[in-house]
Amino acid sequence: MSVPLLMFLVFIAITLGITYWASKRSSGSSAYFAAGRQIRSWQNGVAVAGDYMSAASFLGIAGIIAFQGYDGFMFSVGWLVAYLTVLLVIAEPLRNAGKYTMADVLAYRLKPRPVRAMASLSTLTVSTFYMIAQMVGAGALVALLLKGSGISYHTAVIGVGVLMIVYVVFGGMLATTWVQIIKAILLMAGTLLLSILVMSHFHFSFAAFFDAIGHVTYHEKGQEVVKDFLQPGLRYKPPYGPLELISLGLALIFGTAGLPHILVRFYTVPDARTARHSVVWAMALIGSFYIMTTFLGFGAATIVGRDFIATHGGTNMSAPLLAQALAGDIFFAFICAIAFATILAVVAGLTISASTSFAHDFWTNVIHRGEERKPGEEVRVARISAFVVGAIAMAIAIMLGPTANVAFLVALAFAVAASANLPVIVLSIFWRRFNTAGAVAGLGVGLIASIGLILVSPSLMAIDPPTVTGAARHLIQAKAWFPLENPGILSIPLGFLGAILGTMLSHEPTSTHKFNELLVRSNTCLGAEKALAKH
Amino acid sequence: MPEATKPEQNDQSVWDRVAASHEFRDLMATKKIFIIPAFIFFLVYYFMLPVLVGYAPHFMSIKVWGNVNLAYLFALSQFFMAWTIAGLYVRAGDDFDEISKDIIEKALEHENSQGAK
Repeated sequence: MSVPLLMFLVFIAITLGITYWASKRSSGSSAYFAAGRQIRSWQNGVAVAGDYMSAASFLGIAGIIAFQGYDGFMFSVGWLVAYLTVLLVIAEPLRNAGKYTMADVLAYRLKPRPVRAMASLSTLTVSTFYMIAQMVGAGALVALLLKGSGISYHTAVIGVGVLMIVYVVFGGMLATTWVQIIKAILLMAGTLLLSILVMSHFHFSFAAFFDAIGHVTYHEKGQEVVKDFLQPGLRYKPPYGPLELISLGLALIFGTAGLPHILVRFYTVPDARTARHSVVWAMALIGSFYIMTTFLGFGAATIVGRDFIATHGGTNMSAPLLAQALAGDIFFAFICAIAFATILAVVAGLTISASTSFAHDFWTNVIHRGEERKPGEEVRVARISAFVVGAIAMAIAIMLGPTANVAFLVALAFAVAASANLPVIVLSIFWRRFNTAGAVAGLGVGLIASIGLILVSPSLMAIDPPTVTGAARHLIQAKAWFPLENPGILSIPLGFLGAILGTMLSHEPTSTHKFNELLVRSNTCLGAEKALAKH
Repeated sequence: MPEATKPEQNDQSVWDRVAASHEFRDLMATKKIFIIPAFIFFLVYYFMLPVLVGYAPHFMSIKVWGNVNLAYLFALSQFFMAWTIAGLYVRAGDDFDEISKDIIEKALEHENSQGAK
């Protein structure tokens, strides 16, 4: 048995052990979905960071920087600064007003059934988008890691899917919280170690490191080129590059506050103060991590090189290949195991938010009108929907193949979240006049606009020369209708517009009457669900 | 934070009374004074980055130290901007908690005196 495989199995055994231990301790709905509301601020902060730093951060950003330099660092910056939106606008009101899902906040003063149905659809869409990217990363990683052993990309995708389902079905939220914490610590440690190794390669001279970044050599169309990778514009070129950067920025800044698996974390803490402090913990960890993508990405560009990475698994494999180049096979296996654990944990977090939303919003509140007919039914439905969501994500990831950059794929999920979820959350907390028609219109327009624009963007539509074959060929062979890869700049305003127009064109007195209740609840903790007393 | 108890669900007057109270309006004003300027500042500061990098690439490529250019330094400064605002917000948040504690105590007192009559 090879070293990488052995390290994998050890790690998976440890995490599953924790899941089993947690499943012994959790019982009842509040424990399954919200970890009994007794998570502390540092724990929640580390768990938020764990949920957030996915394959996109570790594998994707390193890959974009290694291939296109400075422009890739824009992902790092946006993904941290986005937490200011979460901290200043979303975290505390959500903690005070919500119960388990985003739809709980909306259902406060709007008609619950249509709002829950739409919110559930949007949650499932965003989670699936996000999850597909993780599956692509996992598949590519394991295929590279176990090269020659006969395990293919397809098998790897199915393997991750099955593990994830085991996590969620047996552990619930408390188990995934602990998995996130362990994984976040491992990821930080691995990244720090890798950064130190990169600097030691340059004899701890920042001057030498940045000097090397100024002369990155690789081959393009058979020609040797030398580029300054600290120069902006290698990825986002005119004429649409600048707009693309702004569109990406909008999606990242406003998407985070609409991510269902991040929002659900704020229901696991006892009060607003803990929610606030946990965001700050998360920002400290996430920020330090993203600054270190400088070493991961530029390190891979200068030490490993584009040419080698391109022929050994593609952009997503830059960080693991850097580890191999710097410290050999065992460290390579260690970094791969961390990347794998990262993906597994994020996928588990996503699955639980998607399945919670389906069970709590759609099953219990839409289909059965808020009555739990048999005790424990909601938990059972959540477990079944975890299987279904996992299977859908696996199927699409297998269809897409291992080539697409995962940071780019995740940025699309952020665009969908920013366009559909954020407008209705913000308007429902801050706009007295907001009503059910507005929420349904906002969610609907945001979803359709963001997904529609992605479908007609250059990532899916282009005319390839006949030499391009297989997965690299664009899905629709025609000139793209929308010039930008990320739809945020147009779809976010459309989401807001839909919500505002829907509200203005309809009349619903109750939503206005109940605004005071939501306003008081979300700003004080008056009437908020108490932390469950420890028995 | 004190334990909050649940006022009667259907009694909208409780919420209206609290929402109209001096303390609650004070809380909202205190929050707005911090949150609105902080939010606007961070949006402007953040979006200056893609705008400058996109529309003034030559300016952003000016080298400041060795090969390190303005673009990278400005991107790096965003991290410290975010941490600073977060730190300031946590400090301001203690004030919010104080006022919100008062509001809850007042609301509960009112509730109890109503019940005693």
